[in-house]
Amino acid sequence: MSVTLATPSFLRAGGRRRLSLGIGTVLLAALMLFSLFPGFFAPYDPIAFDYQHLSAPPSLAHWFGTDNFGRDMLSRVIWASRVDLEIALFCTLFPLIFGTIVGALIGFYGGWLDAVFGRLVDLVVTFPFLVIVIAIVAVLGPGLINMYIAVSAVGWVFYAKLMRADIQVQKHSDYAAAARVLGYDSARIIFRHLLPNAITPIIVYWMTDMALALLLGSSLGYLGLGAQPPTAEWGVIIADGKNFMSTAWWISGFPGIAIVLAGVGFSLVGDGIADLFRKRS
Amino acid sequence: MDAITPPLIDVRDLVMTFPRQRGLVDRLAGHPVQIVRALNGISFSVKRGETLGIVGESGCGKSTLARCLVRLHEPKSGRIDFAGTEVLKLQGAERRAYNRRVQMVFQDPYSSLNPRMTVRQALSEAISFHDLRQGDAIGQRIAELLDLVRLPGDAADRYPHEFSGGQRQRIGIARALAVEPECLIADELVSALDVSVQAQIVNLLLELQARLHLTVLFIAHDLRLVRHISHRVAVMYLGAIVELAETEILFTRPAHPYTAALLKAAPELDPARRSIVDAVRGELPSPLAIPPGCPFHPRCPYVMARCRVEPPLLTPRGEPGHIAACHLETRPS
Amino acid sequence: MTSTARDPLLSVEDLRVSFGTAHGQLIAVDGVDFEVGPGEVLGIAGESGSGKSVTLRSILRLVRPPGHVSGKVIWRGRDLMTLSEPELRRVRGGEIAVIFQEPMTALNPVLTVGTQIRENLKEHTTLDAAGRQARAVELMDQVGIPAGKTRLEDYPHQFSGGMRQRAMIAIALASNPSLLLADEPTTALDVTIQDQILKLILRLRQELNMSVILVTHDLGVIAQTCDRLAVMYAGRVVETGRVAALFRQPRHAYTLGLLNSVPRADLVRQPLASIPGQPPSPTTMPPGCPFAPRCRFKVGPCDDAVPPLVEVAPDHRSACIRHQDVAGAGA
Repeated sequence: MSVTLATPSFLRAGGRRRLSLGIGTVLLAALMLFSLFPGFFAPYDPIAFDYQHLSAPPSLAHWFGTDNFGRDMLSRVIWASRVDLEIALFCTLFPLIFGTIVGALIGFYGGWLDAVFGRLVDLVVTFPFLVIVIAIVAVLGPGLINMYIAVSAVGWVFYAKLMRADIQVQKHSDYAAAARVLGYDSARIIFRHLLPNAITPIIVYWMTDMALALLLGSSLGYLGLGAQPPTAEWGVIIADGKNFMSTAWWISGFPGIAIVLAGVGFSLVGDGIADLFRKRS
Repeated sequence: MDAITPPLIDVRDLVMTFPRQRGLVDRLAGHPVQIVRALNGISFSVKRGETLGIVGESGCGKSTLARCLVRLHEPKSGRIDFAGTEVLKLQGAERRAYNRRVQMVFQDPYSSLNPRMTVRQALSEAISFHDLRQGDAIGQRIAELLDLVRLPGDAADRYPHEFSGGQRQRIGIARALAVEPECLIADELVSALDVSVQAQIVNLLLELQARLHLTVLFIAHDLRLVRHISHRVAVMYLGAIVELAETEILFTRPAHPYTAALLKAAPELDPARRSIVDAVRGELPSPLAIPPGCPFHPRCPYVMARCRVEPPLLTPRGEPGHIAACHLETRPS
Repeated sequence: MTSTARDPLLSVEDLRVSFGTAHGQLIAVDGVDFEVGPGEVLGIAGESGSGKSVTLRSILRLVRPPGHVSGKVIWRGRDLMTLSEPELRRVRGGEIAVIFQEPMTALNPVLTVGTQIRENLKEHTTLDAAGRQARAVELMDQVGIPAGKTRLEDYPHQFSGGMRQRAMIAIALASNPSLLLADEPTTALDVTIQDQILKLILRLRQELNMSVILVTHDLGVIAQTCDRLAVMYAGRVVETGRVAALFRQPRHAYTLGLLNSVPRADLVRQPLASIPGQPPSPTTMPPGCPFAPRCRFKVGPCDDAVPPLVEVAPDHRSACIRHQDVAGAGA
């Protein structure tokens, strides 16, 4: 007599995961291609005015329609992807590198460094991230470079916090003890042994952080504090179109969709990496 | 083993304590810091080429002792001499040189190897860090080491998760041997392995010891294994050595009631010899609250008034090298 | 297993458990048969991957999806595999109790031990509140926990390892079960505490006339506590019989190998007779006898088909076609 209990198939779940990683990779690959070869993909010159087709809705000639100056939206969105990808990278690279190194050192050595760092973390998490960044940009002045400085100055703390926690866990493992017994010095133990084992959550966090940075940059661009005109950036383009939302929704709509797709791409890839490394242990 | 050659390892009055983490409430209430007394003045010596077995239950301090010997912990006080050099004073390059001479293999095969390094990477790092070989000779040495521990040559380029528990322990041994140590400390080397695999690893250890003239400290809780592999055995209880003797003497004529209890408690393989009586009564005290006098007295079937107040010292018991810390003058039955 | 005059209390027939995974069908238990008589201690011995723990859990249908269980488990004339959930719940904890290896994860950490005992009593007996409390104190004494009445109000984390195991036994025994399933109950304990717990189980077996199925990898534990033994390898029972007979003269190459790998007093510092290789992976079983790749008695026919478990001596069954030669080589 057989007792079959309801069986959700592991096989199906594995396929679903692979599918999401695939979709994420495709989205990011598209983003990179558009950033690197905008001229190749954009059908029109993004700053060329077309007085025949002012605020034209999406059509075969203009897939994304045109804005109130007659500029092709598709081309503008494609050309802006370079700026947005740049934002995603530059807002996160310094925090990633600096935060990882500082976090690793603090996690390993602890002591008074850890106490000071703890207070710093308390300070940073008290304020909403966007508020701090806007405050710093307000002091330094609007513009992409200042935005990068503002985000990096605060953002590294989150990476350091994550790394510190991971290193503390790895520090107590037997392979770390074995490295010590083999006579290896602390620098080697931290960077050659502990770090590679602690880095995966950091990479995953980095992916989602890039999605958040993109949103942040676009928000600041929308507010006029980020990319400055005439730089085409998705947030700036949305701002340009905000007065035409009821008559020409496509001016703000398509850059908005682009932001969402790029963000989703980063998140899915981040999840995929997490799954990949989880299976290996 | 003649008594004239100086011992390879000489430990004197080693003391190790750990303060217990206090919560905020404890701090505010002014509760005193509780101290875990892991080692309470350990003294013993090991001759070159011999295998010393160290047995004991939870809280006895055997793992702490192992870690002090390789300087993973810094003892509170006491002295460790290795081939005449005072180990605890070594720093820098001399300390690294000491690490080469005394190596350790860990209990858990699943966490003692770096998951992100291949076998080749782990072994060549050890070899090149200590400048033992250069260039192509490293690859050759790796092949030699794998052969020593009876792993196939293609194991070199694989990651730890591709191996079984027993194979991982072999890799751990290969890594320890890569730096050409004189002494190997095996901290519960086979406890996490299946019985049939344990036998393989124990055989390997015996063979390696003979070939490489290793001195071995074999720390375990399985008395049968310890008896099989050791020349002498030390029994530890709550941070102290309570008995030390040549293996057969310890197993056939123990002088300490705790040793006798351990032997009675260990499940024998002969179904004809069964007992319904507990080998020893009572619980294992926590190392935070070691009983006064003799630490075993609350559970000892031979306890006397003296045992409750006066900690016994290790005294000779007749046979050469046999010492025990007990106020009893006769052997426990 | 041919029992003589008594009827078996529990009879497991052709138990099979498999799990569907991303890597294919994982066969954990591959057709297992055994019986337990009243008041008998049956040991199930095996190493990791032998399927012994899964076997134990499937008896009470504790195996969750994606596990697939088939076979019969006859308890007092009824097949547990066909019982409805309410009927099964009456058996679980009431007539058949279980204790596990790790008391810290098996006991509910947020309930006092007293609450957990009384809960069991409420579920499986008709005692009133006063009766339940009295029985709970009685149980604490029976399992050897000093100051039982006060200790009832303690939480599991306030007990030491051995005491926690005793508490788990007290909860398990609350409703006077006829069968106790013990899954490696002493593996995580120190030697002297392990000794106390095993002797306790034996005493309770005597006092309560309870049967016990004890799963362990330690042959010494089997030798000291069990009446009969079933040796498992790669999801199958390879040998069963009375403990004394099996230890004196094993009739399966694996049992012989296991007994030889344990160090003996007379062979100090000699190589142990170890079994080469590893157990097969549960997703890729060899076509014939699962032990054949590691067996020193192997011959051609061993690879053709799985040898059935047959009677090779009175009350002694083995799944080895060369059992005669093994018997000659042993002990």
